[in-house]
Amino acid sequence: MMTSRINPLLILFTVVVYIFLMGPLIIVLGASVSDTTYLTFPPQGLTLRWFENIFEISAFRRTIITSLELAFLATGLALLVGIPAAYALNRYRIKLPSWLSTVFVLPILVPEIVLGFSLLKSVAVGMETPIFLTLLIGHMLLVLPYCVRVVSASLASFDFSIEEAAVSLGSPPVKTFFTIVLPNVRSGVIAAFILAFITSINDVSTSLFLTGPGISTLPIQILAHVEQFFDPTIASVSVLLMLLTVAVMAIVERTLGLTFLAK
Amino acid sequence: MLKRFAGWWLAGPATLAVLVFLMLPVAATIATTFGEDGGIFAPYIAFFNSGFRRTVLWRTIEISLATTAISLVVGFLTAYVVSKSPGKLKSLLIIAAVFPLLTGVVVRSFAWLIILGKNGILNNFLVGIGAISEPLSMLYTQGSVIVAMVYLFVPLMILTLVGVLENIPDDVVQASASLGATPAGTFRQVILPLAVPGLIVGAVLVFTGSFTAYATPQLLGGERQMVMGTLMYQRAMVSFDWVGASTIAAIMVVITITVVLAMSRVARRLNPMAT
Repeated sequence: MMTSRINPLLILFTVVVYIFLMGPLIIVLGASVSDTTYLTFPPQGLTLRWFENIFEISAFRRTIITSLELAFLATGLALLVGIPAAYALNRYRIKLPSWLSTVFVLPILVPEIVLGFSLLKSVAVGMETPIFLTLLIGHMLLVLPYCVRVVSASLASFDFSIEEAAVSLGSPPVKTFFTIVLPNVRSGVIAAFILAFITSINDVSTSLFLTGPGISTLPIQILAHVEQFFDPTIASVSVLLMLLTVAVMAIVERTLGLTFLAK
Repeated sequence: MLKRFAGWWLAGPATLAVLVFLMLPVAATIATTFGEDGGIFAPYIAFFNSGFRRTVLWRTIEISLATTAISLVVGFLTAYVVSKSPGKLKSLLIIAAVFPLLTGVVVRSFAWLIILGKNGILNNFLVGIGAISEPLSMLYTQGSVIVAMVYLFVPLMILTLVGVLENIPDDVVQASASLGATPAGTFRQVILPLAVPGLIVGAVLVFTGSFTAYATPQLLGGERQMVMGTLMYQRAMVSFDWVGASTIAAIMVVITITVVLAMSRVARRLNPMAT
């Protein structure tokens, strides 16, 4: 009933917008299976050799592993410090100064590329920190705000009197946290993990200054490869990354329902 | 003792991480741009005295403003239709916007390389139907960067605004209709003003995102359409001019923070629901 009142021109416009949104991704998918040495769409012939080619190029093999390691470690670390912080911000709201929650907004205000460059100068060069560790610090800071914010949002609807009840019945505080609080914010933690993981895997700007010939991440390697070769290998790597996105969305759908992502 | 400072102990590690590894290094980067030889503002004077760098700054602002304006219009109209769609279709449309958003910047920019290239899909198509006789040079133009940036940010805008539009109470819309407003009138006089705070949030996200972007302008603009992000990389890693790169970083930080603070103030003032 509501739908019928929308101007048909607006509906047409929306259809065009969605073609615009989906079209390029479908083109990448088509180009990745094309049996040609150049990128083309619609695909001419069908082959999966460009997917095999990804793993024949050692730079891709290496950077895929680096990117996965980095994403898991950075997300894990960010949750490790982020969950307690989110808990403190909710549980001890009155005792903590109000600027403390602002601290976790700061990484959003600083452009990622500036963060990467500053880490290169002060941490990698200035403190002679190994480059992988510096990258890890960068990615941890990149995803920390998501972790704190998303876990905080789910803690905001948690009734802390349940926790108090457990403690007053003799449950030790740490045990209470793991058996009472954490299970209740499980969906927030999963959402934070997924958002953080996908942000880290796809990041260019923070990693840009923290990679070099010795160590690189997948997106940076893709950028470097495109500038030299314009073959369908890049399209097939892109499809791999899209499959990762699909997998992530499937996990979210299973655990939280997809409307969660719209928030 | 432990109990009294429990909040601090728990929030401490994360707070320290941000202060030590974000605030300090960024502050250090900005600090190196002052107190150089030749006066405290020397690097900034050098930046604004260079015609090339002024052009880059201006081009970045132009691209960001164009991207923001187009994303606002496209995102708002689409979000309006999405928010009015029936349940099943609505979730499908939301999923279709989330998917590109979760797909990386590099992948989404690369797609436009295939489309806009000299032997790209668009040129082949236009030559095929006889609209043009020679392939056009569409890559490495301001237009190609803007198209790819709009592509990058429209999903974000749609999702931000669907949330905002769904929060507009139905009563308000019905009241407007029952008082005789046409659907177009309701849209312009009721829905649009109520969406303004959301539009501002979306605009800030898109503007700051495009102003500091690297991958998209690098792939689709190259050397010919250098923007602040690509210029900063070039200064630091090609010319090893770290003070120059730091100056660009400082300008980016100042513009980002100014835009965020100014617009959140405007958003508060324009919010019709606030009293």
